[in-house]
Amino acid sequence: MNINQNPIILNVDNLHASIQDTEILKGINLTVRSGEIHAIMGLNGSGKSTFAKVLAGHPDYHVTQGSIQYEQQDLLELSAEERAQAGVFLAFQYPIEIPGVANSQFLRLAYNTVQAKRGKEELDPLEFDDFVREKMKLLEMKPDFLDRSVNEGFSGGEKKRNEILQMALLEPKLGILDETDSGLDIDALKIVAKGVNHLHNTDNAIILITHYQRLLDHIVPDFVHVMEAGRIIKTGGKELALELETHGYDWIHNDQKRAAGAST
Amino acid sequence: MSETMANDYLDCLLNALPADSRNSGAQDTLDWLRRLRNEAIDQAGRLRFPTVKDEEWRFTDVSPLAKLPYKPAQKTNALRLSDIQPFCIAESAHRLVFVDGFFSPGLSRLSEDDQFVIGNLTAPALTKAPLAEAHLGQHVQFRDNFFAALNTAFLQDGALIVLPENCAVSAPIHLLYIATQEQTTQYPRCLLIGERSSQATVIEDYVALGANTYITNSVAEFSLADNAQVNHIRVQRESGNAFHLASSAVALEQGSQYRSVSITLGALISRFNLDVEFNAQAAECAIDGLAMITGRQLADTHTRIDHAKPHCTSHQQHKCIVDDSSHAVFNGKIIVRPHAQRTNSSQSSRNLLLSGKAQIDTKPQLEIFADDVKCAHGATVGQLDNEEIFYLKSRGLNELTARNLLTYAFGAEILDRIPVPSLKHTLEQAILNQTTQNS
Repeated sequence: MNINQNPIILNVDNLHASIQDTEILKGINLTVRSGEIHAIMGLNGSGKSTFAKVLAGHPDYHVTQGSIQYEQQDLLELSAEERAQAGVFLAFQYPIEIPGVANSQFLRLAYNTVQAKRGKEELDPLEFDDFVREKMKLLEMKPDFLDRSVNEGFSGGEKKRNEILQMALLEPKLGILDETDSGLDIDALKIVAKGVNHLHNTDNAIILITHYQRLLDHIVPDFVHVMEAGRIIKTGGKELALELETHGYDWIHNDQKRAAGAST
Repeated sequence: MSETMANDYLDCLLNALPADSRNSGAQDTLDWLRRLRNEAIDQAGRLRFPTVKDEEWRFTDVSPLAKLPYKPAQKTNALRLSDIQPFCIAESAHRLVFVDGFFSPGLSRLSEDDQFVIGNLTAPALTKAPLAEAHLGQHVQFRDNFFAALNTAFLQDGALIVLPENCAVSAPIHLLYIATQEQTTQYPRCLLIGERSSQATVIEDYVALGANTYITNSVAEFSLADNAQVNHIRVQRESGNAFHLASSAVALEQGSQYRSVSITLGALISRFNLDVEFNAQAAECAIDGLAMITGRQLADTHTRIDHAKPHCTSHQQHKCIVDDSSHAVFNGKIIVRPHAQRTNSSQSSRNLLLSGKAQIDTKPQLEIFADDVKCAHGATVGQLDNEEIFYLKSRGLNELTARNLLTYAFGAEILDRIPVPSLKHTLEQAILNQTTQNS
């Protein structure tokens, strides 16, 4: 575990969130500093994806308690698009297909919208074409990718690469990758991981949400958090993921009981 | 609507018929055409003006029309090429222009050395008169279609396209029907005869200058002989105050292929009937449609695909996007006759409601009398998907842009099937403008 004195990008304090009166998140605490990679692991239904959606501003989830500070702003005050413009990026577990809209149009629209909001230069179609092709090389994407409709008929791997391409274009401060490794074969996983590693630097931070250790072989986290029933129940370094892989999630409970026993 | 009003309406219209219609003395009218018109006049007199009590007109109240017995439009020569320039299609080498239903040779573009016949249906010097006579009025059922009967009764000019055997016309043929007159009725007509193994793309395009109130009552007939292939793009972009009543009939012989994309954007009230008849085996049709309406528009599409013979294939996708207080109607009937084994048919009706006041009535109707067939159909009515909106917002787009993009995409799937790039682009722009205006 690094001792990092970099500025705090994200500070989540006692976050509770519900969907249709069912509480999913029950008091999450998390601090993310720039330059860090955090992995959040846990079983299905532990609230990992909900946490990701709440961070990105999904309208179906209601925060009932707690706060999220992002870059000295109250993140909960911002709409989903304002969060994106401010540098929060969620790579979707299930990216949406939009038949009828060319990927190139969509990518340029998103890029230019965000650039304009950040007071930066927008690109015309020709300039953007050069720019995006450069980024596509990083993810080993074929040029015809641009002409196809957004995610329509894409394989699982292509969809995930398209998500990382969007991340490369929008240059987020905080990238949240929701099960980006699911449905990927090992080659696609390596390509995606290479892309993420390339985009990661000391000024941004990444939260990886995953079931499995295997992604963490390729994107090495500074912290590993284990979620269960809407809370982070254990935090450790990258070795925690390996222990989980070896012992399973039950091991944590036993470990916690031991800890609880020791403290009383 | 009372019987009396309907009768008054018809009397009023019939009184307006050109003097030569029932007068055998006129020299410039072809005999066969006069006979056809007279038959249609009788039929129109026998048929009733449709009301919402008729099953076929349940959702579409055309009674406002009966209060507007608009006289036939008059021939004018007021238009210049520059007036129609905005409607011209770059890829099209051949253009027939009809102003208020009347053929305008000056605005049309025809080349002398064509391999095929294209021109005015009722021109006295028509070289293909026997062929035209054999097909005109034979495919559209004006004997039980009031408006088609009226169109035939008032038939003046029309587009005739005859594709000889093995003739492939590569550039699209543009039929531009342009309305310019207030409070009149125009009666556009089109007849396409595709002989064996011929190929063409035809754009049937209804446009208007200004926001006039008028009636378009149009009929198009397509007859495809063995192995003929025709793409038919139909664009209805009339004035927002217009009434558009149209019937298309398609007759398919062995191995022929008919593909159509019908786009409905204009008119206050529009009704489009499309009938496809499989007259022989192994023919195929793909008929797609998009209606995108707003305000108080009503757009009604009735299609009927008759699988009368075995081994034929039909695919249909119809989409409606309704905003404000507009109302879209789709009725898609597919009939599979008892001996039409190995029929392969699919139909999908997808509808997008953008406002709480908008209305959709969709009715897929499958009547299957054969047992060895593959038929699939489905209808959905929905709003924009919240997950899709969230996805776009998470990429920085605001709510409005996200909604517009998704609405556009919903329609663009149909526009994508238009094989004429510049027209496709124009319509994409029209749909983009409409989505942004309405929000």
